[in-house]
Amino acid sequence: MNPVNYLYLAALLFTIGASGVLIRRNAIVLFMCVELMLNASNLALVTFSRMHGNLDGQIIAFFTMVVAAAEVVVGLAIIVSIFRTRHSASVDDSNLMKL
Amino acid sequence: MNSLIPLLVAAPLAGAALLLLGGRALDRIGPWLGTLAAALSFAFGAVLFSDMLGRRAEARAVHQHLFSWIPVNGFQADVSFQLDQLSITFVLLITGVGTLIHLYSVGYMAHDERRRRFFGYLNLFLAAMLLLVIADNYLLLYVGWEGVGLASYLLIGFWQHKPSAATAAKKAFIVNRVGDMGLSIAIMLMFTEFGSFAFEPVFGAAGRASEGKLTAIGLMLLLAACGKSAQVPLQSWLGDAMEGPTPVSALIHAATMVTAGVYLITRSAAVFNLAPDAQTAVVAVGAVTLLFGAIVGCAKDDIKKALAGSTMSQIGYMVLAAGLGPIGYAFAIMHLVTHGFFKAGLFLGAGSVMHGMDDEVNMRHYGGLRKYMPITFVTFGLGYLAIIGFPGLSGFFSKDKIIEAAFAKGGTEGWILGLCALVGAAVTAFYMTRVMVLTFFGEKRWQPSAETGEEPHPHESPSVMTVPMVLLAVGSVFAGGLFTLNSSFLKWLEPVTGHAEGHSPLQPLTVTLLTTLCMLAGVGLAYLMYGRSPVPVTPPVGSPLTRAARRDLLQDDFNHAVLVRPGSGLTAALVYLDSKGLDGFVNGLAATIGGLSSRLRRIQTGFARSYALSMFGGALLLAATTLLMRSV
Repeated sequence: MNPVNYLYLAALLFTIGASGVLIRRNAIVLFMCVELMLNASNLALVTFSRMHGNLDGQIIAFFTMVVAAAEVVVGLAIIVSIFRTRHSASVDDSNLMKL
Repeated sequence: MNSLIPLLVAAPLAGAALLLLGGRALDRIGPWLGTLAAALSFAFGAVLFSDMLGRRAEARAVHQHLFSWIPVNGFQADVSFQLDQLSITFVLLITGVGTLIHLYSVGYMAHDERRRRFFGYLNLFLAAMLLLVIADNYLLLYVGWEGVGLASYLLIGFWQHKPSAATAAKKAFIVNRVGDMGLSIAIMLMFTEFGSFAFEPVFGAAGRASEGKLTAIGLMLLLAACGKSAQVPLQSWLGDAMEGPTPVSALIHAATMVTAGVYLITRSAAVFNLAPDAQTAVVAVGAVTLLFGAIVGCAKDDIKKALAGSTMSQIGYMVLAAGLGPIGYAFAIMHLVTHGFFKAGLFLGAGSVMHGMDDEVNMRHYGGLRKYMPITFVTFGLGYLAIIGFPGLSGFFSKDKIIEAAFAKGGTEGWILGLCALVGAAVTAFYMTRVMVLTFFGEKRWQPSAETGEEPHPHESPSVMTVPMVLLAVGSVFAGGLFTLNSSFLKWLEPVTGHAEGHSPLQPLTVTLLTTLCMLAGVGLAYLMYGRSPVPVTPPVGSPLTRAARRDLLQDDFNHAVLVRPGSGLTAALVYLDSKGLDGFVNGLAATIGGLSSRLRRIQTGFARSYALSMFGGALLLAATTLLMRSV
């Protein structure tokens, strides 16, 4: 199968994730969309690795996964704590830092 | 014996410290303590004087090194003293007249609550002036010079609850600062030129310096002398200084302050002798001031201000004589000493009159006081005869010599100076006769006091006040004759100031006759104007000259127009430039950046998703640019 197809899929997934981030208000959904974007780029990296016949892309993909895992831990904790105090998971409501 | 020299200054300085720091415990004995300190200094001076008399004329100057003040490589400032014939003359005048004024003040200030402080200031004044005349270098002289300025400020403004006194004190201090600047510049010039500011090296090396440098130093010294001695153009403080208590006026005018300028010029004779241009400036200042002060003295109705104009005029005589060079130095100092006697006597007499007349100073409200205050009348009268140069009294000898020396200057200059001095003598006789007639003769013109509504009851002052007046009157009568006998004063000062006989176009006897005639003309005119007809209590309008002279010949208006107004204009312009120009630029910059930031702030909406959108936009832009650049 032509590896370029994977790239198309990655682009599609990235676009879906990005539009999700821009459109949705729920922090959890937003978070999932960010994950989608990260994994789309992982897919693109692995495909490139395959296309060029070396392991660089795969190594970077592992890095991305580790960073994503860490991010999930911190991010979910923040979201839960915001929900507990403000009884809302909408990102539009959290604007306390605005001047 | 030389170790006594520092004690001359130390005695009044210790008195001042004790009185000013001693607290209320000394309130009762304070005045006597201050007088004792002054008398002690006089005693030391007398001992040193008799010691000096015992030595040969060449060996009379002695030096006493006290301690090294600022020892730096290439710069040596010492606290060391020089006592020669000139210094000891001043020391005896300052401490002698000063002690008498202290004694008088015991009576005059008896009812003032702050008299302990007053005597502390008087002692400080004496100490500063003594330091000035026995210093052996210009830097130490400058210390005394500034001390005199400070003490005069404190004393002129002693009744500081009166706004006029506070203003007068400030005026005296500020005008003096202008002169002080001249002295400090002169000292700096000396240091750059000669590498020293002690008298001996400077005077020794003066011959090797260029005339331009010496003229510059001389003119700066003259500026300094003008400030302290109230000479034109720095004369304006003297009249206002009458706001101080009367003994202070006597001290300033006779012994301690205004004589400092004459001392400075005479002491710097070696510089002036080699700078003819500076000498011309000195005689010009002296001649102008002697007429200026005399004219002002004619128009004043305030007895103290009339005497102040007279001081200005007499110091003008001394400066004129000092500017004549070796033919005049000794006569300048001689007139200074005799003037010290009669001017102190006149001021103390004026104080005694004020004391009896409930502090009234307007001579138009006096009249007929000779019966009520006989001692004051006689002592004041003797001082009066001395100052107008009545033959046989002190002023006659000293002033006559100065007029003679002025003619002896030679050439047109000599004639101009001599005639100025003669006219000055006539005007002196006029205004002093006016003071005398208005105060002691004629009818009573006493006015009821503004506060109590009672007529004053003039009475003779207590003996603690009259004794100093009598002693000063004795000095006014005999000092001049004593000094002239065998030219003793001239011979005494000659080793210090040098002396040269001038070649007068007129015989000495002719000059004496002319002077006496001028004096009699002045007396006669004043008698005709004030003695023959009753004196109006309210002053007549008078001629434009009289009106100008009442306003001190418009000196304050002149200073205001020429110095104050341009000065405040310049300040206003600078403030405008600062607030509109510099501040405008800085404030404008801040406002621009502030406005820009508040507009930029609107981008921060607080919506996380709009931030995300701008991030995506940015990322897209970056990616597009990269692609575009690679394809080109």
